[in-house]
Amino acid sequence: MSTTLTEPNNKPALPRETIRQSMSSRKKTRGNRGGRSLLAKGEPMLWLTGGGLIVAVVMIIALLALVIVQGMVTFWPKHVDQFVLKNGTVHMGEITRDDTYKPEVGVLDSLPAEVQTDIANNEGWAHRELVRTGNFDLTNSHFHWVEDFYIESRSQPQWATVIERNAWGRFYGMPKAFMIDGKVVADTPEGTWAEFLKHHDQVRERWHVRRALEKHDIGYESRKIDDARLELKSAKIEHGVDSPQYRDAQTNYDAVDAEVNVAYGKIREKINALNAENDKYQLVMVTTQGQEKQLGLADVVRAYQPNQIGFGSKLGIYVSRWWEFLTDEPREANSEGGVFPAIFGTVAMTLIMSLMVVPFGVLASLYLREYAKAGPMISAVRIAINNLAGVPSIVFGVFGLGFFCYVVGGTIDEVFFKASLPNPTFGTGGLLWAALTLALLTLPVVIVSTEEALAAVPGSMREGSYGCGASKWQTIRRIVLPRAMPGVMTGAILAMARGAGEVAPLMLVGAVKLAPELPIDGVYPFLHAQRSFMHLGFHVYDLGFQSQNAEAAKPMVFTTTLLLIMIVAFLNLFAIWLRARLRRKFVSSQF
Amino acid sequence: MGTNPVMDKSMSTTESDLNNANTATVTQPDDRDQLTLEQIAATDNFKSETHDALYQESPIINVKNFNLWYGSKQALFNINMPIAEGQVTALVGPSGCGKSTLLRSVNRINDLIDGLHIDGEMDLNGAPIYDKSVDVIELRKRMGMVFQKPNPFPMSIFENVVYSLRIDGERNKGVLEEVCERSLRGSALWDEVKDRIHESALGLSGGQQQRLCIARAIAAEPEVLLMDEPCSALDPIATGKIEDLVEELRGEYTILMVTHNMQQASRASNYTAFMYLGRLVEYGPTRDIFTNPHLRPTEDYISGRFG
Ligand SMILES: Nc1ncnc2c1ncn2[C@@H]1O[C@H](COP(=O)(O)OP(=O)(O)O)[C@@H](O)[C@H]1O
Ligand SMILES: [Mg+2]
Repeated sequence: MSTTLTEPNNKPALPRETIRQSMSSRKKTRGNRGGRSLLAKGEPMLWLTGGGLIVAVVMIIALLALVIVQGMVTFWPKHVDQFVLKNGTVHMGEITRDDTYKPEVGVLDSLPAEVQTDIANNEGWAHRELVRTGNFDLTNSHFHWVEDFYIESRSQPQWATVIERNAWGRFYGMPKAFMIDGKVVADTPEGTWAEFLKHHDQVRERWHVRRALEKHDIGYESRKIDDARLELKSAKIEHGVDSPQYRDAQTNYDAVDAEVNVAYGKIREKINALNAENDKYQLVMVTTQGQEKQLGLADVVRAYQPNQIGFGSKLGIYVSRWWEFLTDEPREANSEGGVFPAIFGTVAMTLIMSLMVVPFGVLASLYLREYAKAGPMISAVRIAINNLAGVPSIVFGVFGLGFFCYVVGGTIDEVFFKASLPNPTFGTGGLLWAALTLALLTLPVVIVSTEEALAAVPGSMREGSYGCGASKWQTIRRIVLPRAMPGVMTGAILAMARGAGEVAPLMLVGAVKLAPELPIDGVYPFLHAQRSFMHLGFHVYDLGFQSQNAEAAKPMVFTTTLLLIMIVAFLNLFAIWLRARLRRKFVSSQF
Repeated sequence: MGTNPVMDKSMSTTESDLNNANTATVTQPDDRDQLTLEQIAATDNFKSETHDALYQESPIINVKNFNLWYGSKQALFNINMPIAEGQVTALVGPSGCGKSTLLRSVNRINDLIDGLHIDGEMDLNGAPIYDKSVDVIELRKRMGMVFQKPNPFPMSIFENVVYSLRIDGERNKGVLEEVCERSLRGSALWDEVKDRIHESALGLSGGQQQRLCIARAIAAEPEVLLMDEPCSALDPIATGKIEDLVEELRGEYTILMVTHNMQQASRASNYTAFMYLGRLVEYGPTRDIFTNPHLRPTEDYISGRFG
């Protein structure tokens, strides 16, 4: 009994061998089938798609890494090397880069035999370094190539000093003496340096005060006289020279003129006093070539001995350079100093553009999606809008210049700013026109994503609203638009990313190499939309391709690019955060 | 056409002593109780089997010779149907037979669909629903609608309930609060949400959301409440609550309710209409439809032999 229960014999038992065989044969068949159709397994597609992604990611990371690394190291203080060449020349400066090259035949022939064999052994390649030697005012060049085979000796002198100046670029040399009021107070490097440290901050402080006086106070006075002059001119245009209005304006102008002249005199006096005080402090430097150079302390932005300072001081210099970069104005044709006006211009332009493109795009897509009856006309419009995204951006620039600046701006000038003609006010490139041009450029992005968002609003929501007796507009305003808001934000984010990085059209409609004034300031009406502005993207172009001192500007290209990327990323993060907040509202616990 | 019993009350009263369906329609063949579904489906102007009890009621909505097309596809065929005031009327029938279409024609929410056109008439309290002079927005305000899937708006519970007042421009906080409480009490949701009416409605459970939608629908004190399978997306407990609610709302509101569920129709409704392929097949008191239907296909459907 128990045996029958545990071992049911009513089924003919298969020999183990047979079972194993049948199993293995089944396995084989499956394997064969897999071998026959590789695609059936799906693995190749995995590799293909994954590979595509990896290539994209690697390229992005490489680009970012290049920009970040190059951008971050630019401001780190480097050593200063001194090269004594065989012909007796001495160069001192920072090594910027090195490369290997093939010296010309004539150069090769002039070299000693052993050097020639060395180079020949190296298949004709020789090594050289590019040294930033500065002292443009003395040597007429910023850089020198130093070939290895010309070097007699190299060293890193302890007192080698880097001086960043207001003008003429960097200076490399040794401190020699310090003079106050024409009297030498120190004549050793240590003594000179101690004096420098003692007086430099005060002198620079006075220099800043002076600059502010020149910029703001004089600017304020000249605005007054400009306004009076414009009034006079418009009185002349409107009422003629014989009118009482003109006479009043003339009296007023004369009064203002006198008043301003007095004010000018006072400001001049202050400035002269500051200058005189600053001129007392002179730093005497000597270059490696033995030339002496007297530097006014006020012109020295920053000075240090990279070969003898420690890590902490270097870090201090690094931070102070970044700070200057972010907050100060450019000098030396943009290759030194800061980019604050460009940061400001970029952010202002991008925000104004967003403020214009988003409402405009939302209205357009509302009509397309909610009001228009689907048909060939609407399809054509939609295709046209999508294709607008493919039009080269410079074309938008040309349109912006032709339409906004010349037609619209020209008309505005004719009507409202007649007095200042022929100088254009709105009739030339400016912040407003640039923002409008870019708004046009990014409009398709906003329309497409808004339309998608509108289409994604569930029909049940609309029906619910109509069922409550809401009209179409009420339904759109209260139900559809809030629901579509995250999608609208997506559009705004994409538009901002696109707009902030765009350069070509800006060159035509208002971005300039150096803007005298910020487009937003403390003077009524605060936002001067007609002013030209600086832009980081344009700044990169200008540094990289328009600078006379290209070699010195190149590292700044990376720093500026890094900054531009960070600003775009920051603006995007802000918008993404806003969108996430909006989205949270629409998450149902249920569905 | 004038021979249609649904529209002709006087005729039906004379026939009211005859409880057999054979006499209810004059023009149909004598073996009307032998009609098959195929025959019904082949008739474009099928005369529904409407029980006499309906003629004792005063209709709030009257559907007359109503046809509806989605593009070229006809979805409703010659519907004649008086809907009794203050009662719960259930629309039953297999999927795609046009129940929702009929319901959505009543408050003209179908107007939003492209290519839709209709023929025939509908009255609300004697006034035509389909007429050029009718303000659709005003019309919809006289009816509340509850949909298959709960569709609360992404706002607070309070704003959801007072939505129809808001769009009318009501600003008085006292009025709004009073309506909110009354409606939420009406939909048996007040006790559950009274402490969080200013929180998002999307945080509610499915059943609560559906009761919120009912509260929203009754906030404007509509004359008719239209419900399209209000329980089909809900679990049994939530379903039970909605059914109890329908029970309570009966008498106060006229309710026209589509349902897929026979038990629900039998429990919750006073009248039941059976539809098939766009035709109204049989329409009568729920008790009769379930226990003593006049037509064979109705009996088959009710007893679960098809559909
Ligand atoms: N928007 C529409 N466009 C075209 N046909 C539709 C539309 N809505 C419903 N229909 C068709 O009308 C018929 C009735 O649908 P419906 O009223 O939703 O049925 P039920 O609610 O009874 O399941 C179905 O055949 C359906 O395919
Ligand atoms: Mg349905």
